[in-house]
Amino acid sequence: MPEQVNINLPEGSIEKQTTRLNLGPTHPATHGVFQNILEMDGERIVKAESTVGYIHRAFEKLAERRPLYQITTLTDRLNYCSAPLNNMGWHMTCEKLLGVKTPKRVDYLRVIIMELARISDHLICNSIVGVDTGAYTGFLYVMQYRELVYEIYEEVCGSRLTTNMGRIGGFERNFSDTAFRKLEKFLEEFPGVWKEFENLFTRNRIFIERTQGTGAISAERALNYSFTGPNLRAAGIDYDVRVHAPYSSYEDFDFIIPVGTTGDNYDRFMVRNEEIWQSLSIIRQAYQKVQAFKGTEADVYHADAPAYYLPEKADVYTKMEALIYHFKIVMGETEIPSGEVYHAVEGGNGELGFYLISDGGRAPFRLHFRRPCFIYYQAYSEIVKDTMLSDAIVTLSSLNLIAGEMDA
Amino acid sequence: MSTHYDTIREILSKQFGDRILAWEFPYGMLSFTIQPEFNLKALTLLYDDPDLGFQFLTDITGVHYPEREGQELAVVYHLHNLVTNVRIRMKIYVPVTKPDVYTATGLFSGANWMERETYDFFGINFIGHPDLRRVLNVDEMDYFPLRKEFPLEDQTRIDKDDEMFGR
Repeated sequence: MPEQVNINLPEGSIEKQTTRLNLGPTHPATHGVFQNILEMDGERIVKAESTVGYIHRAFEKLAERRPLYQITTLTDRLNYCSAPLNNMGWHMTCEKLLGVKTPKRVDYLRVIIMELARISDHLICNSIVGVDTGAYTGFLYVMQYRELVYEIYEEVCGSRLTTNMGRIGGFERNFSDTAFRKLEKFLEEFPGVWKEFENLFTRNRIFIERTQGTGAISAERALNYSFTGPNLRAAGIDYDVRVHAPYSSYEDFDFIIPVGTTGDNYDRFMVRNEEIWQSLSIIRQAYQKVQAFKGTEADVYHADAPAYYLPEKADVYTKMEALIYHFKIVMGETEIPSGEVYHAVEGGNGELGFYLISDGGRAPFRLHFRRPCFIYYQAYSEIVKDTMLSDAIVTLSSLNLIAGEMDA
Repeated sequence: MSTHYDTIREILSKQFGDRILAWEFPYGMLSFTIQPEFNLKALTLLYDDPDLGFQFLTDITGVHYPEREGQELAVVYHLHNLVTNVRIRMKIYVPVTKPDVYTATGLFSGANWMERETYDFFGINFIGHPDLRRVLNVDEMDYFPLRKEFPLEDQTRIDKDDEMFGR
């Protein structure tokens, strides 16, 4: 039999042919439903081809029929590791279109929730990087604090993973005392736990050798690939939507944007690590600001936007306007002003953008989600080219690829 | 509008003149519409000119306006100058019968999947794209689902009797 000719084999390879390996769609290391077809020369990747779309749910089409408040549930299912962030981003987009101004207290409460969501997102990502490098302990250890974050969500909105939290103009109800007690517990206990988690990894020889220098992308390439979020910052570019285009009163807070230098897996890990500390500091500042509201001000949890914010049930029974608004909102009969608006928030993975076009109807004429994950995943084949398979696995998790966000 | 936006308008108007069909400023973002065959030239100028410097591609997407005859499909580019922190939106309109536009993949690697997505859902043909295939939908699909001629299923329909899906 003649030797098989394979043009993809690099020079000097001892193999006779490349091996094709399916990484995904359902592989424990992808942590989501997407596929990589790897062309392997031994353990080395010659070529990688990514396929996405396995859980495409046509959110952009569905949104064209829904009134604004029903679209919140769609945003939950984008990056489901930080659903409240997406919810808040969506509400703010609507508020921008409708011209609703939120009170400061609402902004600060939102900041608390958004930063908690960022922490839970980064916590999962970083602990999964640990799992994929062979350290399961950290993952299980910090998971109980994600549980605590979810309990706070539960206190605020009643659900945990796909939260559907908040409304256009604010929150559906004021934060309960239990929510604040749990937040205090989190602020008190989590830093120590996260410090321990850090100690497990940041100076760990095995971890460093698995992550340093692997899965690197240069700042130029990252920019050219439209990277955003921690992945871009790990490459050394300090772009953060919270600072570049402050929303929800982020300009009132004091925090730094951590940046890396090499854009490799270790830098991504470290940037997320530091962002957790920054988020904790932001939450503390926000909680202080929230506590400073006294008397009737402390009861403010939504903006005065009667046409979009569901009235109190007692008012619905006794006041005619409230009844009308209640009916119009619930039935989705509120017409939204025509216009086109782009609003972005700093999601767990980067710039989460909402491009909303309204023609004056009851539902958006067109809604497009700028999903950071979808955009940076296309760089994966370039990043893992000529690296080892085991490094590609770590790269996969340290990029924090969330299938829900990729497919929309 | 600040002086910065004036500079941007000036530079673009000088280069393209009346090929720029409209200027808008909705919700604080400078937007302009240009003739479709000049999209790549405009993107290149926006990228290269030191006073513009829009070197970050935020997003590419499509819109379908079935009632605009001869300009049914829009392609919308969102660009960002990260240094001066200015965003800009560029739009082009193409007829649904001949939805040809030039690809931006030569300038931005990130445009690759964004354009594939736009092709996938609107059928915009990006000339020069290295790998213009569907990205989210199945390869066998022979229509472009986000176009307006495909309505969502009627929520009140009762002709389906499917025990599995509980209707």
